[in-house]
Amino acid sequence: MDSVAHGSGHVDHHEEHHEERTSLGVSNLKLAFWVFLASDCFFFGSLIGTYMSYRGKSLVGPYPQDVFSVEVTSISTFLLLMSSLTMVLAVRAAKIHQQSKSESLPLTVMGWMWATAAMGAIFVGFQVYEFNHFYHEGLTLQGNLFGSTFYTLTGFHGTHVAIGVLWLLIESCIWIPMKWIRGDFADRVDVTGLYWHFVDIVWIVIFTLVYLLEFVR
Amino acid sequence: MSAVSTQVETHSHAEDQSTAQWLWSILTTVDHKTIGRLYLLSGLLFFVVGGVEALAIRLQLSVPNADFISAQRYNELFTMHATTMIFLSVMPMAAGFTNFFLPLQIGARDVVFPRLNAYSYWLWLAGALFINSSFLVGAFPDGGWFGYANMSGTQYSPGPAMDFWNIGLMILGLSSMTAGFNFITTVLNLRAPGMSLFRMPVLTWMFTVVQFLVVMSFPMLTVAQILLLFDRNYGTNFYIPAKGGDPLLWQHLFWLFGHPEVYILILPSMGIVSEVLPTFSRKPLFGAPFVIFSGILIGFLGFGVWSHHMFTTGLGPVADSAFSLTTMLIAIPTAVKIFNWIATMWGGKLRFTAAMYHAVGFIALFTIGGLSGVMHASPPVDLQHQDSYFVVAHFHYVLFGGSVIGLFCGMYFYWPKMFGRMLSERLGKIGFWFFFVGMNLTFFPMHFLGVQGMPRRIFRYEEGLGWETSNAIASVGAVIIAIGTAIHLYAMLSSFLRPQDAPSDPWDGATLDWAIASPPHHYNFAVIPEVHSDRPFWDEKHENGPVVSQEKLAGPGEHHVPMPPPSYWPLVAAFFTAGVFIAFMFGKGADGFDLEAFKVQVAIQSVFALGMLLSILAWIREDATHR
Repeated sequence: MDSVAHGSGHVDHHEEHHEERTSLGVSNLKLAFWVFLASDCFFFGSLIGTYMSYRGKSLVGPYPQDVFSVEVTSISTFLLLMSSLTMVLAVRAAKIHQQSKSESLPLTVMGWMWATAAMGAIFVGFQVYEFNHFYHEGLTLQGNLFGSTFYTLTGFHGTHVAIGVLWLLIESCIWIPMKWIRGDFADRVDVTGLYWHFVDIVWIVIFTLVYLLEFVR
Repeated sequence: MSAVSTQVETHSHAEDQSTAQWLWSILTTVDHKTIGRLYLLSGLLFFVVGGVEALAIRLQLSVPNADFISAQRYNELFTMHATTMIFLSVMPMAAGFTNFFLPLQIGARDVVFPRLNAYSYWLWLAGALFINSSFLVGAFPDGGWFGYANMSGTQYSPGPAMDFWNIGLMILGLSSMTAGFNFITTVLNLRAPGMSLFRMPVLTWMFTVVQFLVVMSFPMLTVAQILLLFDRNYGTNFYIPAKGGDPLLWQHLFWLFGHPEVYILILPSMGIVSEVLPTFSRKPLFGAPFVIFSGILIGFLGFGVWSHHMFTTGLGPVADSAFSLTTMLIAIPTAVKIFNWIATMWGGKLRFTAAMYHAVGFIALFTIGGLSGVMHASPPVDLQHQDSYFVVAHFHYVLFGGSVIGLFCGMYFYWPKMFGRMLSERLGKIGFWFFFVGMNLTFFPMHFLGVQGMPRRIFRYEEGLGWETSNAIASVGAVIIAIGTAIHLYAMLSSFLRPQDAPSDPWDGATLDWAIASPPHHYNFAVIPEVHSDRPFWDEKHENGPVVSQEKLAGPGEHHVPMPPPSYWPLVAAFFTAGVFIAFMFGKGADGFDLEAFKVQVAIQSVFALGMLLSILAWIREDATHR
C-alpha cells in the first residue's frame, strides 16, 4: 500500500525509512486493517447469526450429531490455535530483526511464517477432508438447512484461512526476500498477524457454537 | 527511478495535453480531487438516468387506466429508479464531495491510500455499468431495490435480471467498503498538526460517521446477497420456505444494512448544510459539538431500528414496541440539528446565495419528511401506511428534499473550489425554485394518496377511486423537477465554457479548504498548516489568528512536494475484481445445482482471480520500486 506521509513542504528524498507521521501514532496500514477487521466482524456476525437462527430447523437429516466427529475437528482446531503462537513468534522475530538493523535476510521471521502457513494449510486440508466426508454421509449444500448454513459459514471461514496462507507465503517468499517491504518491516508482519489472529478468533466462536454446542446435554 | 516526480503545477499544463494523454491521466489518476470530480460527475449522469426512469413512472401514473408502459416494464422502472438514485447517484455524489473535501478540510495532501481510492472508483463504475448492462440482454432487474426474498429467488425471478442486480450491488458494496477503510484511516491518521478531532469541520465529521456506517452495514447486505446468490445459483435453502428457510431472514439482514443506508444518504447533505448556513450567516455553527454528537448518535441508533421496516411481518408486541421506541429516539438528535441550524441563522447577517436557498429549503423539506417519519414509527399507524403512497411521500421528502437538495446545495457552494469556476447564482436560484415547487407538487399529494389507500408499486389504477387529481398533480410536479434539473445541469455545463474565474475564497469561508487555490494544486498544501482552532482560516482573516493560507505560508516557486505517481494498477485490479464477481453469472444451473455450469463459473473465476492476484502483486511491487 502506498501511503501519503505528512511532513513539511520540503520533504527531501533521502528520508530512507519513510517514517510515517500519523495523527494516532498507529501506522496507516495497521489502522486500515483494524477497520477492515471491524467490518469483517459484521460479515461473520451475519453468517453466524444466520447459522444460529436456522439451528435445529432442518426438515430432514442428516443432522449435526449424525455427521460431526468432534475428535477430528478438535485436532484441526488445536493446530489452528497453535498457528497463532507461531504467528506471534514471527511478529516478535520481526521486531528483533528490525531493532538489530541487520541487512541480512530475516530467516527466523520467514521460518515462523512458514510454520504458521503450514498449520493453516493443514487446517484447510482437514476441512476439505471433513467436507468430503460429510458429503458422503449425505450432507449436501442443497439437502437441508443445516447443510446450507454449515457449508456456507465454515466455507467462508476456510476461505479466509486459505487467503491467510497465501498471504503468508507471498509475504515470506516474495515480499521479504525481494525487499519489497521497506520501512516499517515489523509493522507489516504485525498486520499479517492481526489478520491471522482474527481468523483464529472467529474459528473459536464457530467451533463453540457449531460443534461444541451439539454435545451439550 | 524518478517516478516520485514533483508536480509543480503550471496553468497552461492542461492545454498542452492531447485528448489521449488527458484520458490516460484520468485512467491512471490517484489524485483524490480528480477521483472526487469523477464520482460527482458520474453521480450527476446517473441522476439524469434515474430521473428519466422516474418520469416514465409518472407518465404511466398520470392518468387512470394508462397504457403507456407494461406491468413488467413498470416493475423494472421502479426497481432501477431506486437502485440508480441510491447507489449510482446520491452515494457517488456524496462520495465525490467526501473525496474532494475530506482531505482538504483536515489539511492533508491526499487520502492515506491514493491507489486504493482510485480502485474504489473504478470498481464502483464497473458495478454501475454492470447493473445497467442488463438492459443489453433485455433483463432489467424487476424485484425492487430491496430485492425481497423469495420474490428475488428463482421461483419468481427465474431469468438473469435479479442476478445482474444482486452481483452488481455486491460490486458496489465492495467499492464502498474499500473507500470506507481508506477514509476512516485518513480522518484518524492524516490530520494536520493541531487538527484535533473536535476541530474538524462538521462536514468532515458527517462524512466520517457515514464511512463508519458503510464499513459496518455493507457486510450484512453482502451476506444477505451471498445467501441469495447461493439460493439462486446452487439451490441452497436460505430463503425457501418449502425447505424450512425463512424469507424474513432476508428482510432482517437487508434492513440491518438498509436503515444505516438511509443515514449514509442523508448525513453528507446534513454536513454540507452545516457548512453553508454558518458561512452565509457570518456566524459559527450554533452548538457545533451538539451537531457532531447528534450525527454520531444518529449513526449509532441507525443500527437499532431496522425492524420498523418490518412492523407488518408480525414480530410481536415486544419487538414492535422496542423498535418503535428506538425509532422515535432518533427524532431527538435529528431535531437537535434542525434547531441548531435555525439558531445559526438567528441574528446572523444572512446572504441569500443559491447555496443558501438550497440550505434553507433543505431544512424545511427535510423537517416535513422527518415528521412523517415519526408518524410511522408508531406500529399501529405504520400498519396503515405500510406499502402505501404515504411511505413514498415520506422518503422522497427526506431523500429528495433532504439528500438531493443538500447535494445541490453543495454543488453551488463547492463547485468553485472543485472546478475553479463560479456557477451562475441566477440559474441556481431559478433551478432551486423549480426543485422546490416541483418536489412539493410531486410528493405532497402522495401523502393524501397513501391515506386514501393507493398502494405502492402498482402500475395502473381504476377510475373513480379519487386518486386522479393527486396523481395528475404529482406528474406535473415531476416535469417541473425535470426542468429544474435541466437548469442546474445547464449552469454546470456552461461553467465549463468559461475560463476559470473562481477566487480561492469566494464565500469568506472558515475552513482550510478555502485557504488554498481554486481549484487546489496537485499537492493541496505547499506547507501543511498548523491548526489552532475549529475555524482556522476565519481566525486568520478576521481574528488575527495564526496564518494558514498557502499564499502566505509558502513563497512562490518553492513548492517541492513529492506526491504518489499515477498508476494504472487500480484500474486493472478493479477490472479483475469485477470479473471475479461477474463470473457468478455463468454458474447458475437451470434448476438447482448444475455441475457443468459451476465448472464454467470456476474456470472463468480462476482466470480473473489470478489476474486480480497478479495485479495486487504488481501494485505492491510498484510501491517497493518507486520509493
